Amino acid sequence: MAEPILSVRGLETYFRPDEGIVRAVDGASFDLYPGRTLGIVGESGCGKSVTARSILRIVERPGKVERGEVLLRRSDGRVVDLVTIDAQGAGMRDIRGGEIGYVFQEPMSSLSSFHTIGNQVIEAIRLHRAVSAKDARARAIELLQLVGIPRPEQRIDSYSFELSGGLRQRVMIALALAAEPRILIADEPTTALDVTTQAQILELIRKIQAERNLAVILITHDMGVIAEMADAVSVMYLGKVVESGPVDTIFHAPRHPYTQALLRSIPSVLAEPRSRLATIAGGIQHPYARPPGCPFHPRCQSFMPGVCDRNAPPVTKLDAEHEVRCFLYGAPARSAT
Amino acid sequence: MSGPAQLSVPLVTVAEEKIAAATQLQLTWWRFRKHKVAVAGGVIVILFYLAAVFADFLAVTPPHATDAARSYIPPQAVHWFDDDGSFKPYVYALKGRRDMRTFKLIYVPDPADKRYVVWFAEGYAYELLGAFETKRHILGLDRGVPEDALFLLGTDQLGRDVWSRLMLATRTSLTIGLIGVALSLFLGVLLGGISGLYGGAIDTVIQRVIEILRSIPTIPLWMGLAAALPADWSVTQVYISITVIISLIGWTELARVVRGRFLALREEEFITAAELAGASQLRIIFRHMVPSFLSHIIAAISLALPAMIISETTLSFLGLGLRPPAISWGVLLQDGQNIQALAHAPWLLFVAVPVIVVILAFNFLGDGLRDAADPYG
Amino acid sequence: MTTEQTVLSVEGLKKYFPIRRGLLRRVVGQVKAVDDVSFTIDRGETLSLVGESGCGKTTTSRCILRAIQPTAGAIQFRTDQNREVDVAGLTRTELRPLRRQMQMIFQDPYSSLNPRMTIADIIGEPLLVNGMGNLAARRNRVAELLDVVQLPRAYMNRFPHAFSGGQRQRIGIARALALNPALIVADEPVSALDVSVQAQIINLMLELQDRLRLSYLFVAHDLSVVKHVSHRVAVMYVGKMVEVASTSTLFRAPRHPYTEALLSAVPVPDPRQRAKRIVLEGEVADPSRVPPGCAFHPRCRYAVERCRVETPTLEQIAPNRWVSCHRVRELTLQGVVS
Repeated sequence: MAEPILSVRGLETYFRPDEGIVRAVDGASFDLYPGRTLGIVGESGCGKSVTARSILRIVERPGKVERGEVLLRRSDGRVVDLVTIDAQGAGMRDIRGGEIGYVFQEPMSSLSSFHTIGNQVIEAIRLHRAVSAKDARARAIELLQLVGIPRPEQRIDSYSFELSGGLRQRVMIALALAAEPRILIADEPTTALDVTTQAQILELIRKIQAERNLAVILITHDMGVIAEMADAVSVMYLGKVVESGPVDTIFHAPRHPYTQALLRSIPSVLAEPRSRLATIAGGIQHPYARPPGCPFHPRCQSFMPGVCDRNAPPVTKLDAEHEVRCFLYGAPARSAT
Repeated sequence: MSGPAQLSVPLVTVAEEKIAAATQLQLTWWRFRKHKVAVAGGVIVILFYLAAVFADFLAVTPPHATDAARSYIPPQAVHWFDDDGSFKPYVYALKGRRDMRTFKLIYVPDPADKRYVVWFAEGYAYELLGAFETKRHILGLDRGVPEDALFLLGTDQLGRDVWSRLMLATRTSLTIGLIGVALSLFLGVLLGGISGLYGGAIDTVIQRVIEILRSIPTIPLWMGLAAALPADWSVTQVYISITVIISLIGWTELARVVRGRFLALREEEFITAAELAGASQLRIIFRHMVPSFLSHIIAAISLALPAMIISETTLSFLGLGLRPPAISWGVLLQDGQNIQALAHAPWLLFVAVPVIVVILAFNFLGDGLRDAADPYG
Repeated sequence: MTTEQTVLSVEGLKKYFPIRRGLLRRVVGQVKAVDDVSFTIDRGETLSLVGESGCGKTTTSRCILRAIQPTAGAIQFRTDQNREVDVAGLTRTELRPLRRQMQMIFQDPYSSLNPRMTIADIIGEPLLVNGMGNLAARRNRVAELLDVVQLPRAYMNRFPHAFSGGQRQRIGIARALALNPALIVADEPVSALDVSVQAQIINLMLELQDRLRLSYLFVAHDLSVVKHVSHRVAVMYVGKMVEVASTSTLFRAPRHPYTEALLSAVPVPDPRQRAKRIVLEGEVADPSRVPPGCAFHPRCRYAVERCRVETPTLEQIAPNRWVSCHRVRELTLQGVVS
């Protein structure tokens, strides 16, 4: 396979509020390839959004990227480690938007209601490309057309609050694509939308990806969306990537007990009416009180006392692309106490 | 999932159980405690109110005692150690003489006349807490009366001790705030509650009244109202009228807070749940709504109080509020109003210091309370 | 068509919200949030109301509980004395004894519990305000209810802030069950929960239904969840019902183009089933400016001239099956294959 455009290695992002420490992301690693979609899936508190924010270096205080590498291969072939760049500096600002576009869940709060959507798109274009105001406007109209906004010549002068949720999310995508980035990070891009609108937005992302050979990181809690969109999947639980692999493997040959249990517990339109669901016992622990050892062990069917609650399981490579973090597949560390 | 056995019942530590069963008040206090500046503000506010309660005890001279021969004495130097090096504060009595070129009274210490400062000395008679007749004051002199020789913050034009007057002014200015806020609170909660609860035409009328009241420039309004007060009213009558005037404006802010909370709470699902359970309107208001915004009200009060204090000070400073012989911060500051007095006696402006300190303390306290008030927010 | 088994029968329910403008607050238009909706629910049955935002499903559910006053229509409820009462016409006081027989489970487990009350007080409130038992008896009942929703009794004196979303939803369910209601309206009860917790709540609701012969009116937008809980499903679009059918029939063979599109849009958690989706054009119609004719026609790929002018009515095409579409007899639509 080609060179990855983005490689995350051992990323650790911690929050240190007054009350203690939250290991929001605790050793995440993955590769992203041009034209491919990496799905990051997990439930609340798993650290999927913080992972995206860490890549973009926009983690809010008191959070901080503590360790790890985020290697971005720039268009000229140079590889830069985003963790070592000044988060507020010009270099990072150039990468945000320029190399990596991003779309968040809440299209209402991500758009300014004081500027027309056109001006926001134009600003995003001119931030990264030296073009005249007139050319920028023409490009903005093109972009709005591309993301499927009807009558873009007129809509360009409307304000975000005049648009429906679906149209606002389209504007967000237009903004993210304004400087022709090669990577798109979409954090729960359809969660706030209705199901038919969700289908439209997913379709749009797929279309643009094919046209531009975009590398996409899609972050969601919805296994259905992942199955629909992703090529590769990383499953996260309380800060750890517990399993990663090609989408078909994750859905049809999952190895980690969490992935297996999660897949069994999702309601599906394919199920028999009124059929009981398999459940995962208990609830997700608060990230403040993450269990020691493997964070999933209190809810795990295959829990091995004295092993899983003592040490963090190592990453086991099951084949070239399939990795799992579980003692069922890798020997416990010998330094066990 | 078939039984409770499968539920995660974590081993609960004592600390966790304490937090889990903590009431609203405890959570608020825990959060407030972490806000150091607010705690400091709270301590200062408490100290000021203690000073207000024990104003006569802290004063050393009768605040109204005048003597032209003691006009404009500057703050006095206190000698802390006696000649033998022991800690025994004393002051020298002052001898006034007129500078024959400037015709200004100047005071020189008389080393022959040494007066020791004593704690809990007897002084003028007053009623402690309005009940016990006593003569004890925090400070006094071993010989003679304090008004002859003890001038910690100097004297004003009429020879009155500024320190003692400041203590009594603190009482007036801080209580005027309390009474004013109590009145505002009553009006604000009542009208804001009606506005938020019933909505419709009543709400519109009350909101329009608030807007009109808030759009009137306050100082001219006060001037008009204060001018309407009969000149022959007693100090107490003026005092009460001034509080009423101040709270006539002050209630609008609280009314808005209360109305806003009512409107927000009406949308809360737990209110709907109570309604669907069959709870009466009264129960919904007093069991569900009022406890939910009580903390907001307390925070609003702690921010309204300094505004009241400033209002009183401003009014009295402009000569529209309390007038001598009443003593308040505004009245005291009025003494420093003319350039001549300032040039001769800059210490008269010292009164501004407690005003600034207490207003800041109130604001810090209010901010802290507001942040802590909603442990769930 | 109502029988002894029918707990709730809604007929011609309408809720219009006036649009007021200007200084004099004159009514300049109507939002037809619910426009002529009829359905029935039997004892022990779950009827799901599904649709997208603005379709009127939540307004319908709130009207039935009289949290909102309906504009028109009848809401016949069969009381525990086997009497049929029209809830829509009752005053507040007449309504109170009926309240205990119809309860609600809310969407947001955070805002639906008063943070200033203990769990015992929250679950016990319906008992208290309906004057049932003394303090000790109420605490006993609360303990029983905690058993029912599978929470430890020891949690009784805690405050809601100590609980996770799933646990809070169990508390909300316990409160709804306190008065032994016949009908429970559940408004998106699992949509705010994590997937792994959703399943627990869905199973709990199914168990409770079997055990207590509860009837559910289940309001949801997630068709996967709906399939797991319902006996019958009613699909709504812009204030109107477009299709009502039993769950298996509706998912297997929808008869309304909107149902078809809705089913097609649901992402299936299986990468091998990436089917060609029917992606609807445009947006859900604005209920204050409903298109003439069939409200769905601007987005419908089967629309003909008649759909633009004539409003279709909900008609029965088979036993237990109603569809509101002019072309219902000509179209063969695609459902989900399982």
